[in-house]
Amino acid sequence: MTHFEHELSGLKNTLLTMASHAESAVKQAVDAVVNRDYDLALRVKAGDTIIDRFEVDVDELAIRLLAKAPLAGDLRLIAVTMKISQNLERVGDEASKIAKRARDLSQEAPLKLVVAIPQMAELALKMLRSALDAFVNQDPQTARALIPQDKEVDALNKSIHRQLANRMIEEPETIARCLNLMVVAKSLERVADHAKNVAEEVVYLCEAQDIRHSGQTKSSMLSADETSHSG
Amino acid sequence: MQTVTCGCALLVVVPLCLVFYHVLRSGAGSINWAFFTQLPKPVGELGGGMANAIVGTFELLALAAVIGVPIGVLGGIFLSEYGSLGLNWWIRFGADVLNGVPSIIWGMVVYALVVVPSKRFSALAGGIVLGMMMIPLIMRTTEEVLRLIPAGYREAALALGISQWRAILQIVVRTALKGIVTGILLALARVAGETAPLLFTAFGNRFWNHHLTDPIASMPLQIFNYAISPYEDWHKQAWAGALVLLLFVAIVNVSVRVLTRDRFSTRN
Amino acid sequence: MTTEPDKVRPAIPVVRAQPAVAREELATTPAGLPSAITTRELSIFFGDHHVLKRVNLDVPAKAVTAIIGPSGCGKSTFLRALNRLHDLVPNSRVEGKIQLFGQDIYDPQLEPVQVRRRIGMVFQKSNPFPTMSIAENVTVGLRLNGLRKRAALVERTEQALSMAALWDEVKDRLDAPAVSLSGGQQQRLCIARALAVQPEVLLMDEPASALDPLATARIEDLILELKKEYTIIIVTHNMQQAARISNDTAFFYLGELVEFGPTSKMFTHPSKKRTEDYVTGRFG
Repeated sequence: MTHFEHELSGLKNTLLTMASHAESAVKQAVDAVVNRDYDLALRVKAGDTIIDRFEVDVDELAIRLLAKAPLAGDLRLIAVTMKISQNLERVGDEASKIAKRARDLSQEAPLKLVVAIPQMAELALKMLRSALDAFVNQDPQTARALIPQDKEVDALNKSIHRQLANRMIEEPETIARCLNLMVVAKSLERVADHAKNVAEEVVYLCEAQDIRHSGQTKSSMLSADETSHSG
Repeated sequence: MQTVTCGCALLVVVPLCLVFYHVLRSGAGSINWAFFTQLPKPVGELGGGMANAIVGTFELLALAAVIGVPIGVLGGIFLSEYGSLGLNWWIRFGADVLNGVPSIIWGMVVYALVVVPSKRFSALAGGIVLGMMMIPLIMRTTEEVLRLIPAGYREAALALGISQWRAILQIVVRTALKGIVTGILLALARVAGETAPLLFTAFGNRFWNHHLTDPIASMPLQIFNYAISPYEDWHKQAWAGALVLLLFVAIVNVSVRVLTRDRFSTRN
Repeated sequence: MTTEPDKVRPAIPVVRAQPAVAREELATTPAGLPSAITTRELSIFFGDHHVLKRVNLDVPAKAVTAIIGPSGCGKSTFLRALNRLHDLVPNSRVEGKIQLFGQDIYDPQLEPVQVRRRIGMVFQKSNPFPTMSIAENVTVGLRLNGLRKRAALVERTEQALSMAALWDEVKDRLDAPAVSLSGGQQQRLCIARALAVQPEVLLMDEPASALDPLATARIEDLILELKKEYTIIIVTHNMQQAARISNDTAFFYLGELVEFGPTSKMFTHPSKKRTEDYVTGRFG
């Protein structure tokens, strides 16, 4: 392995470490909401600085590598890594927001309402995990397949919103707690969006096709080029 | 090791110094204006000079140059720029062999080819033999000098759409001109001192030469004739002639060195 | 990205217009212009050695085409076939066709000098003729081809030196020896010398590889200017240089043309694995 390949590998590993931090932050934040765990919520909030630090590290590493003027697959990998780290940092921020709401909710009386937040969280986290697996395995098919799942998460978010809105109208004393839950749901919806972004970056990495904002999100509409798998 | 090699190198210079010293000592006394302007006096009379021999030498060198330079230079150009590998090898081989042929044999050949059919010794024959001796020498030095010119210049010239012969003459040869001229001057200096071939061709002349088809005096020849004579006066004249000849050769060599020194090197 | 908080957007039309222009710059010459040089099944042999194997290439006019590949891949051999420099190599054989704007350059009725006046060349090691001054070097191609009128020569000298971005630096010492210039200046002088003959195509064989980075940058800038008027084919072993200045790139390997395409594509996502491996430095 050349020095450069070694450094590229280091960059990928740093990104993946950052990813596992972000994933577990979201999971723990949602657990703090469901289990009304004050201490867990505080820990998640504090842990966001680690994720922020990672973004800075990844960017520094990436810029250093870019200065060596890499081309083709290497160039795309570094560009995509920078983008993904940005998305992961925002996932960390969303986890932090969820943790803040968890902290507030744990201080108040529990809300007697079954809300589909755990399911939403599971979906969003599954999408994120899938996108990162696609990145590791350089698998554009998996990446493409998870993009439509964003719609499911959006649908869940909308139904949770309606549910909570009705509750707020019926029982105004629950407004504060419902609003907190609405924010949690919104944050989870954003996590799913970031997972979708990561998937789009993975497609660019593998196929050199920029599918962002194209409106084409169905995997059946897209045909794979006969390109090489680099690295 | 160093002292041994140093000693040997110095040893080389010793004969040069001996020659110069001896010739200078023996000949300097006889150099005077008359030496350069007067014809040899008959036996018994003192004085006189080698004017005809000095002029004759230059005449012969001029004739030799007319024959030797064009053929030698063009031959060198052919070897360097044209020809095929096989043919050129044979030509070079031939030239190298000729360079080693004893000069007296050259004289005998030209005697047979020119003097006998024309039934006379002549300046022309002398010029021919010296010229022929110069040809392989000039051809090889010209070729060597041209080979030193990097291929890049030829390619650049051709890439400009210049025809090959023009590129060779006006660019490659022009760049190598100093080296070619050096080769010519050195060849002239070498044949200037040839005596043996002139014995059978130019023959020598105690008077002025008025036609190319007449015998002509030349310095080496005159020196030889005087040296083997029994007359003391003529011996002195021979030493003077030797000194003049030696100075001539030395001056040519030094001038060549001075003129071809690298005043500024190419920055590449 | 989708999750930015709302903020005031800048004037959208202006922002959107820029990418479209940039993409036009990267695209190859529009279909309207004919190819400057076309090769069909071009093969070159040195003795029995099959050096170049059946190359088919269309070089677009008034653009820069880069030729990349590892040492010994045939890129210089290909370049020299275009101005018939192989004619001087004994035992060389050229098969196939090369056309310059539709005309076969190996047509037996055509003299090599005529081809070389339309296709100029600049070499890796700058080689201004050492016995000539700057001005004499620039006009040597004209003078040795018959142009004698002083006024015309003076005008062409200034023209060529200006095009080579050298005029301002040497205009006060045109009679100075050409070898008194720096390396980068000498190379620009060689470019001026080639341009003075007013060729249609300029071949460049690693023109900046012997120069320092600053001089290299100036040459690259010059090439970007020149491509408005000339078709340029440049052999380079520096891929970043090819990425900087060329519109299209051809990748040669072991005498074969492996891939040819727009530079932006070749250096961000080439089609062939071999190209990708070479471009990312995995071999060669």
